Amino acid sequence: MTAKQQYKRPNAVLEFFGRMTKAFSAKLGVILFVIIVLVCLIGPFFSPYDVNGIDLINMFKGPSKAHLLGCDEMGRDIFTRLMYGGRYSLALGLCSSLFGAAVGVIIGSVAGFFGGKIETFLMRLMDVWAALPGMLLCILVSNVMGSGFFSTVLALTVGGIPGTVRMIRGQILTERSKEYIEAAQSINCSSFSIMFRHLLPNVIQPVIVTTTMGIGSTMIMAASLSYIGLGIQPPNPEWGAMLATGKTQIRTYPHMLLVPGIAIALTVFAINLMGDGIRDALDPKLRD
Amino acid sequence: MSTNKEVFLSVKNLEVSYSQARREVRAVNGVSFDVQKGKTLGLVGETGAGKTTIAKAILRILPDPPAKVKSGEIFLGGEDLLKKKEEDMLDVRGKKIAMIFQDPMTALNPLMTVGDQILEVLLLHNDYDKAAGMREAGRMLETVGIPAERYAEYPHQFSGGMKQRVVIAMALACNPELLLADEPTTALDVTIQAQVPELINDLKMKFGTSMILITHDLGVIAQTCDDVAVIYAGKIVESGTKEDVFDHPAHPYTLGLFGSLPDIDSRTSRLSPIAGMPPDPTNLPEGCSFHPRCPHATDACRKGQITSREITPGHFCACIREGGN
Repeated sequence: MTAKQQYKRPNAVLEFFGRMTKAFSAKLGVILFVIIVLVCLIGPFFSPYDVNGIDLINMFKGPSKAHLLGCDEMGRDIFTRLMYGGRYSLALGLCSSLFGAAVGVIIGSVAGFFGGKIETFLMRLMDVWAALPGMLLCILVSNVMGSGFFSTVLALTVGGIPGTVRMIRGQILTERSKEYIEAAQSINCSSFSIMFRHLLPNVIQPVIVTTTMGIGSTMIMAASLSYIGLGIQPPNPEWGAMLATGKTQIRTYPHMLLVPGIAIALTVFAINLMGDGIRDALDPKLRD
Repeated sequence: MSTNKEVFLSVKNLEVSYSQARREVRAVNGVSFDVQKGKTLGLVGETGAGKTTIAKAILRILPDPPAKVKSGEIFLGGEDLLKKKEEDMLDVRGKKIAMIFQDPMTALNPLMTVGDQILEVLLLHNDYDKAAGMREAGRMLETVGIPAERYAEYPHQFSGGMKQRVVIAMALACNPELLLADEPTTALDVTIQAQVPELINDLKMKFGTSMILITHDLGVIAQTCDDVAVIYAGKIVESGTKEDVFDHPAHPYTLGLFGSLPDIDSRTSRLSPIAGMPPDPTNLPEGCSFHPRCPHATDACRKGQITSREITPGHFCACIREGGN
């Protein structure tokens, strides 16, 4: 037996998933999320309807055998549109959260590591940035950049950056003064390996949790943007856009509003449950 | 200190200060000492006397800013460490000089297995491949009395005493010539406190390492050291062999330290500490820094600089009183 095998620890990823899904709620969250993602990705291939196919005979039709979730004001199948729209919503939520976290981690790390004038400059910048309401910034960027997918991602990202930056910097300040960092210096680790091998893994945990939780709220924000007519534009079936068209028919044909609304709520719920699970799984003190 | 023996590390007139907003904290003020090969030097002093700063200055890991080495020389094998280039410190840090940290609870990275942390030192300084390094790291764990099977466990799965053993294993991994032990027993409970110096002593014998032991525990000094230097307000006030200092303490501060130890034979209800507080390092008193607390202080103590005198061969004391006590 070689030393490598002898000291092998259990596969970290598998172990992580095992710990994460130990709680019932987290398991539920993961299952729900996986189902939603799979339906959105694979579902459209099995749908007999065109996502933008207008069918005036079935206008405002309620749920039936042919149209499981009914039809909208142009007779388009709502279930099909929901699956297509889910791709937009999920992609927007994921991309914006990850992009925002990446930018935040970089700025926060730079501020925390280097300190001094760089830190003062960056943190005061973040103070100003955070003073503007996130939704306002989002609308502003969306307005200026136009309505494409990437400009929407950018618009959804800007609001969350100062929070991540502050969190990472605070974490780095507490970790940096701990003795194991000095110990790493005393065995002559390079600053690069101190940053990435020692510091970052120890400060990244809250970012992972807030980013996961953030996907949900980012999706809501994306829906709000479409709702007020920015972001993803009709006839693309984004969930928020579907809500916006449904709102005019709320008294007569409530299914048009309820279906995308429930879809958003369910997805955000699943993501939040998952976020809780990840937080518990990442806490080394809860490991046994 | 005597120089006829083989001097391994020599610190000359080291001065370190920390700059705070508008103020200067003079942590170390002209400290000189030698460490002989294979011997242990104990640095004793109160909290804030500058002991840890000296150790970090030797390794050059003081955070700059705010810390600044203002003057002094640190010779290791004929080379001045303070003049070395940063990249040349690779041969020194972790390889020639290693440090044992005070608090084992925070001295280990919580997200790396203990074995990997030892492996990291080994790979940084040797040409091992990973498998050989892991075997060596496992062997190091065995050396400090931890079964090698626990290689893949994380620090939180160890008790405080065992973590300290891991820290010691990390420090000894590359067989350093000099070990800086910064209060290795302070954070441990009393039952473990006795084991750690014993372990360090054994390993020191085994590897022939020189050591600087920093502590405020006179008992640990008695157990492990050959030479002792007593530090007060960033200066060495008395130094000599352990026997010199323990049997014939000369400086009033050293006397005060011994006086404040409880005596098992006499029934006293109160300890007798040294009156007063250590001086504010931003505003050190003129003359001898100990004079505000010294029972024997005279006008001469309050003015001129007090230099160290050799009272018996190898036993130095920085006090103007004749022959101490």
